[in-house]
Amino acid sequence: MSIDLSGLASYGVFLLTLAAIYGVVSLALNVQWGMTGLFNIGIAGFYAIGAYCAAIVTTPPSPSHLGGLGLPFGAGLMVAMAVSGLVAFFVGLLTLKLREDYLAIATIGISEIIRLVLKNEDWIGNGVRGIAGIARPLSANPLVYLAVVLLVLAATYFAVERARKSPWGRVLRALRENELGAQAAGKNIYRFRMEAFVLGSMIMGLGGALYAHFIGFVSPEAFEPVFATFLVWVMLIAGGSGNNKGAVLGAFVIWVVWSGTELLTNQLPADYVTQGSALRVLLIGVLLQVILLRRPEGLLPEERPHVGASPASSAEAEDEA
Amino acid sequence: MSNMVSIQGLSKAFGGLQAVNQCSFDIPAGGITGLIGPNGAGKTTLFSMVAGAFKPDSGKILLDGEDVTGLPTHKLFRKGLVRTFQIPHEFSRMTVRENLMVVPPGQSGENLISALLAPGRVRAQEQAVRQKVDDVLDFLQITHVANELAGNLSGGQKKLLELGRTMMTEARMALLDEPGAGVNRTLLGKLADAILRLNRERGYTFCIIEHDMDLIARLCQPVVVMAHGRVIAEGSMDDIRRNEEVREAYLGGHAARKLDEDAKS
Repeated sequence: MSIDLSGLASYGVFLLTLAAIYGVVSLALNVQWGMTGLFNIGIAGFYAIGAYCAAIVTTPPSPSHLGGLGLPFGAGLMVAMAVSGLVAFFVGLLTLKLREDYLAIATIGISEIIRLVLKNEDWIGNGVRGIAGIARPLSANPLVYLAVVLLVLAATYFAVERARKSPWGRVLRALRENELGAQAAGKNIYRFRMEAFVLGSMIMGLGGALYAHFIGFVSPEAFEPVFATFLVWVMLIAGGSGNNKGAVLGAFVIWVVWSGTELLTNQLPADYVTQGSALRVLLIGVLLQVILLRRPEGLLPEERPHVGASPASSAEAEDEA
Repeated sequence: MSNMVSIQGLSKAFGGLQAVNQCSFDIPAGGITGLIGPNGAGKTTLFSMVAGAFKPDSGKILLDGEDVTGLPTHKLFRKGLVRTFQIPHEFSRMTVRENLMVVPPGQSGENLISALLAPGRVRAQEQAVRQKVDDVLDFLQITHVANELAGNLSGGQKKLLELGRTMMTEARMALLDEPGAGVNRTLLGKLADAILRLNRERGYTFCIIEHDMDLIARLCQPVVVMAHGRVIAEGSMDDIRRNEEVREAYLGGHAARKLDEDAKS
């Protein structure tokens, strides 16, 4: 129970849980941007799909929204990933053969469409009133849920890291580095882009589902681009694009900065609180600028195999498993 | 001798520019065919069509008798047709070794599901690919830069890496776009040796675009000459040297006017 936790500890658990959820989403963006160079600025859309799927699948039947199907937590995660992946597949069909800037425009458009549909089509998720009563698995205790989220984060990390180190990940890096070269190396670059885009979007959906169960309530407001897209980009770039450890580290660091500044702005006189929250967004923007100028590779740069090794050591098989 | 590639009436225009105009010639199997011509003759555009990067406006391309017109690059690659670029297209932030490890087709680890669920099989295959890379590096004598990032290589070394890429697959037909451009004399000799060895020992058929006439004379038979999108001569290097139209094409303006008049009539 959370009663026996002191206020600070309970705040800490809250902070860590959300940071870990963002860690999952940041890993997802790393698959798309860091590994493949796919410019997705519609993360919020896939995150929202995941959250609403989890809500619809796991809540008890209700006349005010689609479902609920009353199915267990795991089923919600599965459906969240499947639907996000399916939507990504269709977006990819339309955009992945075009130049990369079209993907950026298409994804931001689609994420806004998703948010506005959820806001205006009441039958899906009860419109602006949202869906409440999304239960946590196993126990209502936030510590138990933190453990669940950390477990999912760890599993995602290992899967994505294994994929990155595999020949599959190598092809993604190759096509990120040089599309024509990858084509000349016989790779069907469209297929690999599609796989990376769909995989990343599925993991974004997973993150959204975790979020829904944590907060217990979803409404279109939570999926404004600032929170669900912009912040994730800052996390990945700050942590180290291309590096999975960096993606997770960036999520924790930026989330602590972001939440920490909320504590500060809440201390302001009531008249200034609104301005204060706008200032937080500005602060994150400035932080992004500083990172891009001062340390563009992020806190943990993309791991590179031994550079400039002596001829004698070139036979060593340590650089890439 | 049979033809590895047969180019039949190929044309391609970019806007108002007729880059390749009714081009026809054959690349004999087992040979090293040279493709020369002044800048802007349409040689690279022709290569790009044969390699599947552009679709021709009209005409046909046969690979070993099979119509492959308009197939995408990766499908042609699977059929054993590979190309290199005039400007190297290396994967800069990957090592030389990784650059080559990318290439072999049909690696089970390139399938995301097996990459995630069958790491043992992937590892075994990686070992085999790594061995093959070592052989190629050894063949090209660039083992000492195996762990260097490809972006840090010299221009000539990048050219060798491009050639190395064609060796990582079971290629039958390799299109090399100016393999010698920007390569110093020592490295150029090495490159020519590598091409000859690949041709003799592994039965690669080559078609080489090159401006270095010594290299062409040393390696290529027959030689095809293009100017203004068309084939203007074909034959041995000696025939080509004596050919009046070729001389004029290389001299420029006058020949160009003549060709334009021919085209109009």
